[in-house]
Amino acid sequence: MKINSITELRKLHTEKLPLLALRQAEAHVGKERVIMVCGGTGCHSASSKELLEELQKEIKAQGVSELVEAKATGCFGFCAEGPIIRIFPDDVFYIKVQPSDANRIIKDHIIGGSPIDDLLFLEPTINEKVKTMHEMSFYKKQMRIALRNCGIIDPENIDEYIAAKGYLALAQVLEQNKPEAVSQLLIDSGLRGRGGAGFPTGLKWEATRKAKGDVKYVICNADEGDPGAFMDRSLLEGDPHSVLEALAIAGFCIGSDTGFIYIRAEYPLAIHRLEVAIAQAKEAGLLGENILGTGFNFDIKIKYGAGAFVCGEETALMRSIEGSRGEPFNKKVFPSESGLWQKPTCTNNVETLANIPVIFLNGADWYNKIGTERSKGTKVFALGGKIKNVGLVEVPMGTTLREIIFEIGGGIPNDRQFKAAQTGGPSGGVIAAEFLDTPIEYESLIEIGSMMGSGGMIVLDEDNCMVNIAKFYLEFTCEESCGKCTPCRIGTTRLLEILDKITKGKGTLKDLETLNDLSNVIKDASLCGLGKTAPNPVLSTLKYFNDEYMAHVVDKKCPAGVCKDLLQVTITDKCIGCTKCARICPVQCIDGKVKEQHIIDQDKCIKCQACIAACPVQAITTI
Amino acid sequence: MLKVVINGKEIEAQAGSTILEVASEHGFNIPTLCHLNLHDMDYCNHPVSCRICMVEVNEGRGSRLTPACDTYISEGMVVETDSSKAIKARRTVMELLLSNHPQDCLYCTRSTNCDLQTLANSMNIRNNRFEGKMSNLGKDVSSKSIIKDLDKCILCRRCESICSEVQTVNIYSPINRGFETVIGTAFQDSLQDTPCTFCGQCVSVCPTGALTEVSHVDRIWNKINDPESVVVVQTAPAVRVALGEEFGAVPGGVSTGKMVAGLRRMGFNYVFDTNWGADLTIMEEANEVVERLNKGTLPILTSCCPGWIKFIEHQFPKLIDVPSTCKSPHEMQGAITKTYFAEKLGINPDDIYVVSVMPCVAKKYEAARDELSVDGRADVDAVITTRELASMIREAGINYNELADEEFDHPLGESTGAAAIFGATGGVLEAALRTAAGWLTNDSAPSLDYKEVRGLEGIKEATLKINDLELKVAAASGLGNARKLLEKIEAGENEYHVIEIMACPAGCIAGGGQPYNHGDRSIIEKRMKAIYEIDAHKEIRESHKNPDIIKIYDEYLEKPGGHLAHKLLHTHYFERDNIKE
Amino acid sequence: MACQCNNEECFIELDKFIEERNLTGESSLIQVLHQAQHLFGYLPRNLQVYVAKKLNIPIAKVYGVVTFYTFFSETPRGENVIQVCLGTGCFVKGADKVMLSFESELEIKQGETTADNQFTLSAVRCVGACGLAPVVIINEKVYGHVQSEDVKGILENYIVGEITTQTA
Repeated sequence: MKINSITELRKLHTEKLPLLALRQAEAHVGKERVIMVCGGTGCHSASSKELLEELQKEIKAQGVSELVEAKATGCFGFCAEGPIIRIFPDDVFYIKVQPSDANRIIKDHIIGGSPIDDLLFLEPTINEKVKTMHEMSFYKKQMRIALRNCGIIDPENIDEYIAAKGYLALAQVLEQNKPEAVSQLLIDSGLRGRGGAGFPTGLKWEATRKAKGDVKYVICNADEGDPGAFMDRSLLEGDPHSVLEALAIAGFCIGSDTGFIYIRAEYPLAIHRLEVAIAQAKEAGLLGENILGTGFNFDIKIKYGAGAFVCGEETALMRSIEGSRGEPFNKKVFPSESGLWQKPTCTNNVETLANIPVIFLNGADWYNKIGTERSKGTKVFALGGKIKNVGLVEVPMGTTLREIIFEIGGGIPNDRQFKAAQTGGPSGGVIAAEFLDTPIEYESLIEIGSMMGSGGMIVLDEDNCMVNIAKFYLEFTCEESCGKCTPCRIGTTRLLEILDKITKGKGTLKDLETLNDLSNVIKDASLCGLGKTAPNPVLSTLKYFNDEYMAHVVDKKCPAGVCKDLLQVTITDKCIGCTKCARICPVQCIDGKVKEQHIIDQDKCIKCQACIAACPVQAITTI
Repeated sequence: MLKVVINGKEIEAQAGSTILEVASEHGFNIPTLCHLNLHDMDYCNHPVSCRICMVEVNEGRGSRLTPACDTYISEGMVVETDSSKAIKARRTVMELLLSNHPQDCLYCTRSTNCDLQTLANSMNIRNNRFEGKMSNLGKDVSSKSIIKDLDKCILCRRCESICSEVQTVNIYSPINRGFETVIGTAFQDSLQDTPCTFCGQCVSVCPTGALTEVSHVDRIWNKINDPESVVVVQTAPAVRVALGEEFGAVPGGVSTGKMVAGLRRMGFNYVFDTNWGADLTIMEEANEVVERLNKGTLPILTSCCPGWIKFIEHQFPKLIDVPSTCKSPHEMQGAITKTYFAEKLGINPDDIYVVSVMPCVAKKYEAARDELSVDGRADVDAVITTRELASMIREAGINYNELADEEFDHPLGESTGAAAIFGATGGVLEAALRTAAGWLTNDSAPSLDYKEVRGLEGIKEATLKINDLELKVAAASGLGNARKLLEKIEAGENEYHVIEIMACPAGCIAGGGQPYNHGDRSIIEKRMKAIYEIDAHKEIRESHKNPDIIKIYDEYLEKPGGHLAHKLLHTHYFERDNIKE
Repeated sequence: MACQCNNEECFIELDKFIEERNLTGESSLIQVLHQAQHLFGYLPRNLQVYVAKKLNIPIAKVYGVVTFYTFFSETPRGENVIQVCLGTGCFVKGADKVMLSFESELEIKQGETTADNQFTLSAVRCVGACGLAPVVIINEKVYGHVQSEDVKGILENYIVGEITTQTA
């Protein structure tokens, strides 16, 4: 099925439109239905694959194969409530669907025509079950541009992508045949890199386009390393073709015939979807030689990461593609002039690329109007941690943290208090409650000591110890430091050691000063982005949660009750002297006579809290 | 030209220069550690990883720190090399390095000659805010030549670069990551179990005590102090042009007489000259050249350099018949010392202890090769480097600079100009050509100077006409250059008849055992000049005209390549694995 | 995890992989190591040496790469591979305690394999199932909302022949 020209592609698009008709129909009274089952990793983990098989089995068994089809699609985003299915065209959104529900979905809903009440979402703001996603506050403030096809199309079917205007942007660009216009349009759109730093994408393309050289490369950075983020994975799993199409546009713009997608080997599903998509695109003549008969050649190769966070850093990533250790190098000249194998190279993140085809279809002005003055468009966040609606959300730039956390995210579960939001992962910082009304932009987040990062947003509540959170990130950074430059190799280790000392109650005020000084030097003097941002979790917690540090250092207390060494396990006067605690204590540090109040020897106590569990009258507590 | 401001001074400088280059040209010192640029060797180690050279720059978008060694200047750039921010960063980085460095400077071989120590001192580091875990990997003392103390490694990667990029031996790689990163061998094998050639170039660029030579100092003092032993010392051609540097002399001086006097003061019973052995080597090697010329089994490769020999054994095992079978000069000299000389003086050879002073650490390994012995007696018993000799002279309380010149002992002390130039790349080839041409032309060659094969280039070549014969020769120094020639030989594309190879770039004057040059390669050039001066001032400049050499053939060895010569002066090589399974 | 074939067949497979794709030199190293580990289950010394010779890359370089990337393992993995997600989303919900629980139940540290080769315990960073946090994956099976007290019960599903081992 080779598509030989732009005209043929446009024709094919029109021909394939009916594929999505059910899903796009706004009011439909027919009997035909399509059931879209979330095939993202989150729902997959919660047996959505079995659910899909079960639905397909029931469709056959109940004899409605003519009328209804069940298909896998990309992430709906509402992972907390997965597995999720959406039934079109009546647009019913079911949550927490189990394979065992397949039978009644077909019987009651598809055949019987009445939606199943207990699979519907209970919208907390109105305390009512709602049928469609549009009625859910989780979706109300979202705007899905990068995720536009996730949950709509079958990612393993190129026809559905083409039906959704897929590859029409590439066709438009090839038809116009003006590389300089391509980068200009992107500059005009205001799109900035979604990998973290927010460099204007158009300028990057422009610089690589202008760089001298016969051989140039484009790279898609899919080495999503933030340990709380899964935006790129979901995009690749849900809409792989949009990334391929954007890479081809980039190739055309800068004058490259080779693209690489560098992806974590830990993402088997995304890799599979990409492989399928590349094979389909090649077969269709949308990748390879003489694309759409225009003479433009472009091929894409997948390169696998092998477990190194630092490879998300552009220069380290290039080293890794070259087959070496992923050690960053000093950018004496920019990669746009000398990057992969010393050739001009343009690297873009997955989410950045996913935005690009639709920007070309709708125009720079359309995109330019979304977002704020400094940051255009939308941003996808992986919302996690202590939040009710864990999931993937896409919001216009300028949305406030409060809107994301409390309206979209539904707030903090279990009636706990919000303490902070963490963005930017190990490179970012914590954002305290006082900044909840900050509109999200690249600059505004940096101003409050964090950063946009790739889109991880972890919510913390009063049960999280901020010193411990800083330590968690530093442990990560130390493990992932490539070891090349001194500040990162030794400096982050020393930071971690000091934090460890503090959580063990051995910290001093001098340590806090050293933490601050060392953090600033690591920030200024490290070789790459990983090192330069590694101290951010420390600096931001030191700044906004200094009282927690002081409590650890001066009072030797952990206010959140997390740091074990700072706990004191004590027996109150509720004690009935049953001796159970003394018998279970592994270090024999509990003493007392029968029927008398027992005492814990604090020097010997290892805080295992076995006694607390053993006590029949809850007389043992931690302070 | 670009205009920049460094520390308030307006400067015009060439575009494409780094801040470091421009600053040092204008007298602003920026400390460096990992950075090492040896232009003449096409070697520039610039991982930009130590972060010692951070300076504050402003290009109109606010100030930031940047590594001076790898940042180009730009128009209007304002640089402050000594801002408080830059100095604070540098000091912190130094403290961090020291917080993971053994605090045993007092006992370290590199003490007072260590780049890290010097830098810490000049940065006024008097205490350290940081302490914590330290690397604890212990020392690799497996090899006969090099001690590797990974705990002292600061990961500057100079060793890795020189071993991989210049020498193409590729022993080292960064291993593991994060704090656990080390510059190690595959599987952390001990050096003995790798194809390391022990050329010692890694030692010579190491800024700390992480790579040092195996010391033979104590065992030599013990022998000197043992009345039963006859301790004979011999000194290589390149030592005399470098030893003075250890005592503050300007590089490029020749201090043969002081060196001999010093060795006598130390208590060596006989002070001989490896240059004599070099003349002997030429007799055997030139003879082999002529023989193989007649047999048509050229090319022939020189075999004086043990690092190079180990290189071919590992990397080109199929070619081990190509090098000359001649032992290296000090091994020949050792063998003669324990036979001819012993007989002459009526000393039991078992009582003789031969010490070689060499510019080289591979010679230590070479001396321990089993086959380099006669009747089960090792030709050479101990080898010290130029550096170790200097340390022994200091230890003995000898005021080197005040010593009056003395002469080598006889009969193994007289040498020619041909022997002197063994110390520089191309020298062995030139010496062999002098003798071969002398023999083939009945000493009527027009000149003794073969200037085409002199100089610091990595590969030099020349075509010579001797009688009707057109002889194509080449000299390569540095194992990377050697590899290029060997690959040609292996591919059957070689056009040369005689090839000299030295493992160290520039030859023995830049050997792994020479005084540290701390990156100043102009010192090497000066040593080279000194070598050729010695040659120029010698009355006799051809090995076959050395009267003591003529005498030993008359009295003892009969003729070059003769039966006894073969027994004492020739050796054989082994095929070795390149990768240990 | 490791292949059940004998070594020789694996080497033939690996050769085929390399030759079919015409892989040579440094740029294909990581790709070949992935395949080698896929075939053999891990990357023992002789396999690294084999790859170095085959691709004509210095062995030190190969070893440097193998020890850089956590995905590559120099030791064989256990019959069951336990991956505890230590991504931030799981961490703030107590994944560290879950990990401690696995460590004490199995008497090994993360990254290690039990002496009987039954279990390998490893940490992963975000598996993208934050809705289920804390998440543990054993082989292919995903366990969501795991608390430290659940660990013992989960492990019981995988302990085979416990009784025979005890009597033996």
